[in-house]
Amino acid sequence: MDFATLIQILDSTLRLATPLLLACLAGLYSERAGVFDIGLEGKMLAAAFLSGAVAFVSGSVWLGVLAGIGASLALSAVHGLASITFRGNQLISGVAINFLASGLTVLVGQNWFELGGRTPALTEGRFQPITLPLAETLAPVPVLGPIYSDLISGHSALVYLALALVPASWWLLNRTRFGLRLRAVGENPAAVDTAGVSVVGIRFAAVAICGVLCGLAGAYLATALSAGFVKEMTAGRGYIALAALIFAKWRPFAAMGACLLFGLLEAVANRFQNIDLGVVVLPVQFMQALPYILTVVILAGFVGKAIPPRAGGEPYVKER
Amino acid sequence: MTLMKSLSGATAALALMAGAAAADPALVIDLGGKFDKSFNEAAWNGAERWARETGGTYKEIEMQNEAQREQFVRRMAETGANPVVVLGFQNMATLDAVAPDYPETKFVLIDAVVDLPNVRSVVFAEHEGSYLVGMMAALASKTGTVSFVGGMDVPLIRKFACGYAQGVKAVKPDATVIMNMTGTTPAAWNDPVKGGELTKAQIAQGSDVVYAAAGGTGIGVLQAAADGGILSIGVDSNQNHLHPGKVLTSMMKRVDNAVYDAFKAGTALETGVVSMNLASGGVGYALDENNAPLVSDEMKAAVDAAAAKIMSGEIVVHDYTTDDTCPAATF
Repeated sequence: MDFATLIQILDSTLRLATPLLLACLAGLYSERAGVFDIGLEGKMLAAAFLSGAVAFVSGSVWLGVLAGIGASLALSAVHGLASITFRGNQLISGVAINFLASGLTVLVGQNWFELGGRTPALTEGRFQPITLPLAETLAPVPVLGPIYSDLISGHSALVYLALALVPASWWLLNRTRFGLRLRAVGENPAAVDTAGVSVVGIRFAAVAICGVLCGLAGAYLATALSAGFVKEMTAGRGYIALAALIFAKWRPFAAMGACLLFGLLEAVANRFQNIDLGVVVLPVQFMQALPYILTVVILAGFVGKAIPPRAGGEPYVKER
Repeated sequence: MTLMKSLSGATAALALMAGAAAADPALVIDLGGKFDKSFNEAAWNGAERWARETGGTYKEIEMQNEAQREQFVRRMAETGANPVVVLGFQNMATLDAVAPDYPETKFVLIDAVVDLPNVRSVVFAEHEGSYLVGMMAALASKTGTVSFVGGMDVPLIRKFACGYAQGVKAVKPDATVIMNMTGTTPAAWNDPVKGGELTKAQIAQGSDVVYAAAGGTGIGVLQAAADGGILSIGVDSNQNHLHPGKVLTSMMKRVDNAVYDAFKAGTALETGVVSMNLASGGVGYALDENNAPLVSDEMKAAVDAAAAKIMSGEIVVHDYTTDDTCPAATF
């Protein structure tokens, strides 16, 4: 494998890891606040659909992104209402959101565009790659030049935003009062309640942040990675993001590592169908299954222990 | 007595009416969706054409998941639809199970063979059509590297890939053919993001013509090819219009004709295996105003000459599904 191939694979890794990272951070906020969310997939799908549709109609990618965030937030509100306000089962609410998004996107899409649930292909209203300053000038520099101009430069705005959100999330969760309360709500909501802070309010805020991030992930799929929405286009990325979240043990920087690892596995599988290691040939199916295998290994406790937030999955009932 | 008589008369009339209504044919659309711009859409177009020309009505149902296969085909047979057209090779087992229970109903299976007295199996010579577009890819390629993106990794898709590789090698024996499959589950038919990413990886490896046989995933392949400034080849339906001037051609698989013929034959449908090949117009390549500037006269002449030789039997294109091997490519 030569250097140029390596750069191309890492470039592809970054593109493929971005939707995972955004969805993974979304799940992180929600789950750290004690609200399990397996509806990431559904929110991404709804966001992908509405961002594709609005970007096509308006011709503006940013309006599309806003619409995508709106769609995702609406589903987040449903999840919050069902699982926080009415104390329903969080998993069931999440599954319902996935089904709802899967059916509704196709139904509404067919009604609007009559293309069988697809949105028309975007010609304008797509994210264009951003060339970072000096990328052209530095390109001829050996080794570092290609790394800067091909790998780091030339991605869409959402890629950089996703990467910037990692330290921002770390700071928010670990260095601010809101972050401390958010984590406390996920570990011991009764203590937070005793301190006079609204558990319901904090949880709703966390679920809303989750909605915004899922909206960005969905919009990235429809308006940056491809040009328009195709039914079921998330293709299980929401679940991979959940796996990455467990793999990362609910920590922002580890989440980035996990998403980049899963992105790398996919990029390698895309580039080399079967990998010949000399002794054995790794079939491409093995590479595709590896994220799930790694997650199971982590869950089984072989590589450290993944302990979810203690109050995760339980609706909070105020003591009388 | 008179009451009895009128009652039985009414029942008979009802039965007759039911019989008349039951003559409607039915179309069972496979996973991937009715508007996949490809296989299923071609079938639906055939059904619509029949409805327009004859003024008839037909029933249609669209599967959403694997578990519905048998249930939906049974439901169509129960409503008295005849013939029932079922799309997709994955329904072989479905018809094996369902067809014997409805001996009076004629079933049509597209893309696979089920040997039952009331089933017509329509198989296409995709390898022949793919051979022709493979030749065009090799003639249009400047880098000597072309590529293929398949949907779900199944023998049928390998048949496309194998025919394509043979066509490429027939023109340029030393050409490189890069092959990628999107996945191993039905989700691989609807993942344009992955399709686009595979295409970008192929472009990075020097490919300048990509052939997509991947259902909805193909939309992402064609998009990435257009964005990356290379040519693409569509499949099943004519996809030349998706990116005018950037789609070299489309491998046409006339699923629409197969459905149209079945609907037209109605209950008098003859069962058995029907082969739709190059000679019978079942497969071919698409040429219209969108790709006319891309197809040179020499290219057209070479491909048409090869097509004539395939029809006459002078060129035999190897069919992957007969022995699970391919002379021109390894999987």
